[in-house]
Amino acid sequence: MAGQAADVTIGAPSVPREGSTFEIGRDRGLPTLGIRELWTARGLFGFLFWRDIKVRYAQTVLGIAWVVLQPLTTTLVFALVFGRLAHLPSDGAAYPAFAFIGLIVWTFFSSAVAGAGSSLVEETALLKKVYFPRLFIPLAPVAVALFDAAIALFILAPALVVIAPPPRLVPVFAVPLFLLIAVAACVGVGAALAALNLRYRDFRYVIPFLLQGWMFVSPIAYPTSMVPAAYRALYALNPLVGAVEGCRWALLGTPAPTVGMLGASAISAAAMFAVGTLYFRWSERTLVDVA
Amino acid sequence: MRARIVAEGIGKRYTISHRGNRYRTLREDLMSAVWAPLRRLASRGSRPTNTRARDEFWAVRDLSFEIADGEVFGIIGRNGAGKSTLLKILSRIIQPSEGRAWVRGRVGTLLEVGAGFHPELTGRDNVYLSGAILGMSRREITSRFDEMVAFSGVERFLDTPVKRYSSGMYLRLAFSVAAHLEADILVVDEVLAVGDAEFQQKCLGRMEEVAGAGRTVLFVSHNLAAVHTLCTRAGVLDAGRFVHYGDVEECIRSYLHWGDESASAIVTFPPSNVLGLHMTSAALLADSRPATRVFMGAALSMEITFVCDPPVQLPYIGYTLHGKGGETLLNVNNRYQASTPYPSPVRSGLLRLELGAVPLVGGRYSISLYLGDVATDTHVAEHALVFEVIERDLWGTGQVPPSEESHMWWPTTFHLLPAREP
Repeated sequence: MAGQAADVTIGAPSVPREGSTFEIGRDRGLPTLGIRELWTARGLFGFLFWRDIKVRYAQTVLGIAWVVLQPLTTTLVFALVFGRLAHLPSDGAAYPAFAFIGLIVWTFFSSAVAGAGSSLVEETALLKKVYFPRLFIPLAPVAVALFDAAIALFILAPALVVIAPPPRLVPVFAVPLFLLIAVAACVGVGAALAALNLRYRDFRYVIPFLLQGWMFVSPIAYPTSMVPAAYRALYALNPLVGAVEGCRWALLGTPAPTVGMLGASAISAAAMFAVGTLYFRWSERTLVDVA
Repeated sequence: MRARIVAEGIGKRYTISHRGNRYRTLREDLMSAVWAPLRRLASRGSRPTNTRARDEFWAVRDLSFEIADGEVFGIIGRNGAGKSTLLKILSRIIQPSEGRAWVRGRVGTLLEVGAGFHPELTGRDNVYLSGAILGMSRREITSRFDEMVAFSGVERFLDTPVKRYSSGMYLRLAFSVAAHLEADILVVDEVLAVGDAEFQQKCLGRMEEVAGAGRTVLFVSHNLAAVHTLCTRAGVLDAGRFVHYGDVEECIRSYLHWGDESASAIVTFPPSNVLGLHMTSAALLADSRPATRVFMGAALSMEITFVCDPPVQLPYIGYTLHGKGGETLLNVNNRYQASTPYPSPVRSGLLRLELGAVPLVGGRYSISLYLGDVATDTHVAEHALVFEVIERDLWGTGQVPPSEESHMWWPTTFHLLPAREP
């Protein structure tokens, strides 16, 4: 056996370092996103996304209609409770329309974070049996939530224009830009929570609690204009502030968020994205050992 | 021959938790993060923290090997020897704690049939999903789709959710996807141990095809017969290290006979001050060598040494053979079956019992020994010899007798004759 080992050491460099050769070893140092690997395997991401969509509506009677029904019913409740009873202001837009935009963004964010947060734990069996870029696992629920939000918007936005005609021509095409802020934030938060949840099952209890709190500090039921001006920059560190207020401006013609607030939201979202995904990638090295 | 896989000093260390194998909680980690520096400060200079070594366990260690292009490499070893850990490291599921390896080409991992199958999806959807998870592109799956479906034989149920499949159908479809995996290196762990005999045979055939097509295969199995027919080289893992490496036949032989130096193959009995016959040692031999693992169909014998006071001319030796559940399968004694006595009374001696090829199926068996004089057994050693019968394809049919419901097969001559005239 000793002789064998010696031969092999000499042979090691004989493995040609072609593009397809990869090295197995313990990764040290700072993690990277591994974009190239994600790109090579992008087909799999498509399949995971498609699986989640299919599975979610398997054996449901209403199927994809739920995507529209869910925000619609919540909007109804919000309009009743916060609009009619609490008389919350809505920056000049009709309150149901105002709440609807906020809820679309919020539903996307919360279902993406919740889905991503529990994704790794649910896929533990698969993680132990086959290798593929693990970042796809928390990314798929985010993509599914985004798909739902897009459908809800496409179906209901025309209705909005009829119910609550905006006071001026609105920059509808800016919506994806604002949504991008929310996407970046929830990818980061979701990926980090996914890895944390696998390591510490405490996060099963933390995530709902975290989301509940997050909703209260986001302008979903109330407008940012209710927050004292002095605190708005700090408030806008919540990426959903920029995302929601931006979408309302672009779809309902409410006052535009200031550049400072948008900048704060965007920077904070970028930071969440970077820290969350890199933590995930770092955690990935020992993921299966603790799963 | 170009190397496909080169490994240098691969090792994987696990830390064993003293509080059992439960999940870590956030509180514990936070607390230890807070207390660890303080504790280290407190213990500084007093003693080197040597406690870590005890909590560590190396699943594999110092594994260095090279696997060439087109080689079918078998990995043999007991449960817990580190076979699966090695496969997981090579297929990148876990990272090694030390050492490096270089792998050239795409690796297909088959550690479990049905990886990525989702019960709610139809058979067709699952073929695509599982194929993609195993590393195939949509185009590759589409081009082999018909082949996979034909192999599985579940064409009629392709659009039924797999949760409605029988477990056999499920396994067939799952294995079909895996068996048609396009990869340069296939890493296979025991997946052949599924399904009915016919399907297993089909899978083995498919493996042979893959191996014959010049693909590199890493193959872990308890089925030594499969390793023997499929593999070009092999390694025997024990406690995370290769104890034997190279020629397949030699590896299998070393696996079957290893541990024979230990007391299990040759049992020694402490001396006794009871009068009469007393065994000093007993050994089970397979093809004349001490063994605790024997191939199905091997010629078994036993050697028993004894002392006796007063001397005897005709010691009576008997044995019972027990099956997996302790049932007695045989009860043999030279009280019933005559044996030639010693020419004159002896104080010690060696008894050799030739059993021939006992037709046992795979599994664990034990032998109890009884030594005595014409009146009573003076020394009884219950379940003194324990051994395992390893299944083997004795008749070249690619199948072995089922070992669940029975203990024995019987060499029978079959005559297939035309119907008798009435």
